[in-house]
Amino acid sequence: MKKVAVIVSALCMLIAPLAGIAANPDQDLKNFRKHFTEKFSSVPLQDFTNGVYSVDKASREQWEAFEDFPPYEIFVDKGNVLFNKAFKNGKTYASCFPKAKKGIKQNYPFFDKKRGEVVTLELAINECRKKNGEKPLKYKKGKMAHLSAYIAYKSRGHKGNVKITSTPESMAWYDRGKKHFYAKRGQLNMSCADCHYYNAGNKIRADILSPALGHTSHFPVYRNKWSLASASGDGMGTLHRRYGGCNKQVRAKPFKAQSKEYRSLEYFHTFMSNGLTMNGPGIRK
Amino acid sequence: MNTKRRSFIKNSAAAGAFGVAVSAGLITPRAVMAAWPKAAFAATDVDAAITGAFGSSATTESADIALKAPEIAENGAVVPITVTSKIAGTESISLLISKNPTPLTATFKMGEGAEGFVSTRVKMSKTSDLVVVVKANGKLYSAKKEVKVTIGGCGG
Amino acid sequence: MAKSIKVRAKVKGGTTVVKALISHAMETGLRKNKKTGKKFPAHFIQEVTCSHNGKDVLTADWGTAISKNPYLSFKFKGAKSGDTLKMSWVDNKGESDSVEAKIK
Repeated sequence: MKKVAVIVSALCMLIAPLAGIAANPDQDLKNFRKHFTEKFSSVPLQDFTNGVYSVDKASREQWEAFEDFPPYEIFVDKGNVLFNKAFKNGKTYASCFPKAKKGIKQNYPFFDKKRGEVVTLELAINECRKKNGEKPLKYKKGKMAHLSAYIAYKSRGHKGNVKITSTPESMAWYDRGKKHFYAKRGQLNMSCADCHYYNAGNKIRADILSPALGHTSHFPVYRNKWSLASASGDGMGTLHRRYGGCNKQVRAKPFKAQSKEYRSLEYFHTFMSNGLTMNGPGIRK
Repeated sequence: MNTKRRSFIKNSAAAGAFGVAVSAGLITPRAVMAAWPKAAFAATDVDAAITGAFGSSATTESADIALKAPEIAENGAVVPITVTSKIAGTESISLLISKNPTPLTATFKMGEGAEGFVSTRVKMSKTSDLVVVVKANGKLYSAKKEVKVTIGGCGG
Repeated sequence: MAKSIKVRAKVKGGTTVVKALISHAMETGLRKNKKTGKKFPAHFIQEVTCSHNGKDVLTADWGTAISKNPYLSFKFKGAKSGDTLKMSWVDNKGESDSVEAKIK
């Protein structure tokens, strides 16, 4: 086991210079964006928020048909009811998200200096519940995904605005996320980047791989696949639910939703799409 | 004699209950006029399903039926489909999926003022023909298109 | 209890385009519960009715192969902006719902 760890870390060190793991987030963002805008030179920058449909015409037509009356509207409605329903103490979520009118989602995740950790939207939702004497919600689907969908919907049109404060602590979170993105994992020995950076637009079996640029702007998502697996047809899921799915698909053990690892990944991943317009929730296959 | 009397009582009792249900708004009057065609929906092949729904499976292929469906379905569980029938007097549009366990998927009946147009999303278990049957002026017309359903990699 | 039907209807050039989304599981009766190995019982909408001014403009018979959270769109003539459109469904368990929407 130790040997494996040594090899992995050696590999990471090898990859690190190639992937440009020098702690300069702004330069990282430039390189990241350039990779995609050069690879898909006919795709307008803002269109990357549409995920795989920005680079695949055939599936885009089907997606546009879904967007004509997307099933996620059912769950945005449910989220709206939850968001505005008073807690037992009479307060609502609005008490925790006072700037709701200016959009909420585009500022998440952020590094909370006092606490020394990254706070995601879903974490903030549960902390709001805790503060008001309510039980926490599960992080991957259900009510949490409905609330997240409603907030995403109300934040549409705002540009991604994740701030990377350059303190050693916040940089540690950023670097951890970046490492997760580029490091190979699982029995299939594949990284996030293998699929969604280097091979974006190419096929993996019958599927076309989505570009990582713009990934985070359309979350949470309603997946037809998730809907099919749900007795009620509820296909909504959060970003961390999808991360878990991705890790499983390369046959790696997924981390827990809202774990330090996934929050770090979300921090890096979302920062890479800064400046892209919020268009969540989305509908995916 | 006895049995007849019994069934008469049973029927009138049922009718009574039904009348109450209708007036209470529990059942729409439509349920009285046209019941859901169980046999047609239970049929396991396309011809039997068409016969079950219309009494005959003889259809004429028509170029006046436009069928919009993807070549390759992104997810067979949700395949967007749009049918436009330019046949004058289109009374109904039926959708059938040849390789589904029970092919008949839906019949849309055009009421007053309705155009020969319908759009919906359907489930396809595998690569299959999508068959559309249009009833107009008592005749049956059809069109079909193959939709491929693939097994996905990561996303599927 | 929120309504299970969302309807959008718009008149343009004399034609009303109706789009509807219904929240429903549409179980085929063939899908297996991975935990128990048993099949989920069939539960699906069988009839959809849409009326304007008391007249049916569209009625539909559905089977199990209409997708979960069904979508339906159709067009009809004869309505004007401000009119009311009524849509309802009944499923195989006898459950039902109906909604009224203003045509825009």
